Amino acid sequence: MNETGTSRVKRGMAEMLKGGVIMDVVTAEQAKIAEDAGAVAVMALERVPADIRAQGGVSRMSDPDMIDGIIEAVSIPVMAKARIGHFAEAQVLQSLGVDYIDESEVLTPADYENHIDKWAYTVPFVCGATNLGEALRRITEGAAMIRSKGEAGTGDVSNAVTHMRTIRREIRRLGALAEDELYVAAKELQAPYELVKEVAENGKLPVVLFTAGGIATPADAAMMMQLGAEGVFVGSGIFKSGNPAQRAEAIVKATTFHDDPDVVAKVSRGLGEAMVGINVDEPARSIQFAERGW
Amino acid sequence: MTTVGVLALQGDVREHLAALDRLGVKGMSVRRREELDACDALVIPGGESTTMWRLARTFELLDPLRERVRGGMPALGTCAGMVLLADRLLDAAQGQETIGGLDITVRRNAFGRQTESFETDLEVTGLAETVHGVFIRAPWVEEIGPGVEVLASVGEHPVAVRQNQLMATSFHPEVNADDRLHRLFVDTCC
Repeated sequence: MNETGTSRVKRGMAEMLKGGVIMDVVTAEQAKIAEDAGAVAVMALERVPADIRAQGGVSRMSDPDMIDGIIEAVSIPVMAKARIGHFAEAQVLQSLGVDYIDESEVLTPADYENHIDKWAYTVPFVCGATNLGEALRRITEGAAMIRSKGEAGTGDVSNAVTHMRTIRREIRRLGALAEDELYVAAKELQAPYELVKEVAENGKLPVVLFTAGGIATPADAAMMMQLGAEGVFVGSGIFKSGNPAQRAEAIVKATTFHDDPDVVAKVSRGLGEAMVGINVDEPARSIQFAERGW
Repeated sequence: MTTVGVLALQGDVREHLAALDRLGVKGMSVRRREELDACDALVIPGGESTTMWRLARTFELLDPLRERVRGGMPALGTCAGMVLLADRLLDAAQGQETIGGLDITVRRNAFGRQTESFETDLEVTGLAETVHGVFIRAPWVEEIGPGVEVLASVGEHPVAVRQNQLMATSFHPEVNADDRLHRLFVDTCC
């Protein structure tokens, strides 16, 4: 008997994306550029985070026609974003046949108390996290993949670094605790004891951990991979730059050869202008995406 | 002692290295020509076949891989690895090339998108007990040449094949710590 929508096929899908780059796209043409550059998947959304930041307003799931167009245009997996807690958007995205749903803080949250019950779907979900407790709560709700939140749409990698270091440090800390100390650790992390114990024993999350939020250059990708990310999401960094096709390809290469500075140096040459970016602490920045979700 | 490389351009490399380690086989990751030269056999993991192809092409690994496979190096491909070992592709990305070696025609994502990804028990020729196959946006074999042995099928579609020293599966034996397919590869192909 064939069983679909199991944890193994949901988490397994993310395993197959490891070492790869997932790129934000808003049109079928951009999706094609991403596929040609070697992306392992594309993320369909209505506006890239930098534009959401600049234009403001409510940001929602993409137009189904746009998602259909992207699915039609490429042979690689297509992901799409739903608002936090917006289970009906998620139902629509599943019905459109997307391969992964990102319950994303980049869109305007639909529910300020509850996230989506992700066990209820055949399609797998990826969720953002700023620390281990948040990651484990999302996994408890059924997330099959975790990414750092970073601060999307800024081109400033510092928050992604903070979130990745925090998650990895908290995992290492669990490994050093005595078994009877894990009960309190679970209380502090606000996560189920069984899951905390599993992480303590294995020294890693039970799902794949990617990085996202502010990655704009090949060296950013290389750093995040060396910090323990298993792959990279790039949002505004590509299509808000001077030469998207070349930058996309460079970030793919730097992700694979993240530990080889000669390759990272070579692919960093002649890329033209990076996205201008805004510092995460700039007062002009009106929205803090990473503070959405809990 | 045989050293088995795992092509590490992208994909679930770690799972394959862990399977080889459990079998007591020396494994190493392969991203460069020198690393390929140091291997006696190669595993091509699951992942995105178009990404692996493009990276192999750009980093001048595709032709050396073809030469090694043509020269008789044993190779095992799972999912994307099956795509890369196939001589012919259906539903390929524009211009998509393979390493080739297996006289088969493979259809990419033949079982459908992620919502149709599934797990099921399979009878595999050469193994006493069934294997629990995990199929993720999986390809299937649409046609086989005369020298190709079908080891397992789902319905009428071959999902595990062997031709001399080359073996490929549509599913992912590496994801559920069942090392019998890797053992079969090492015992019968290497």
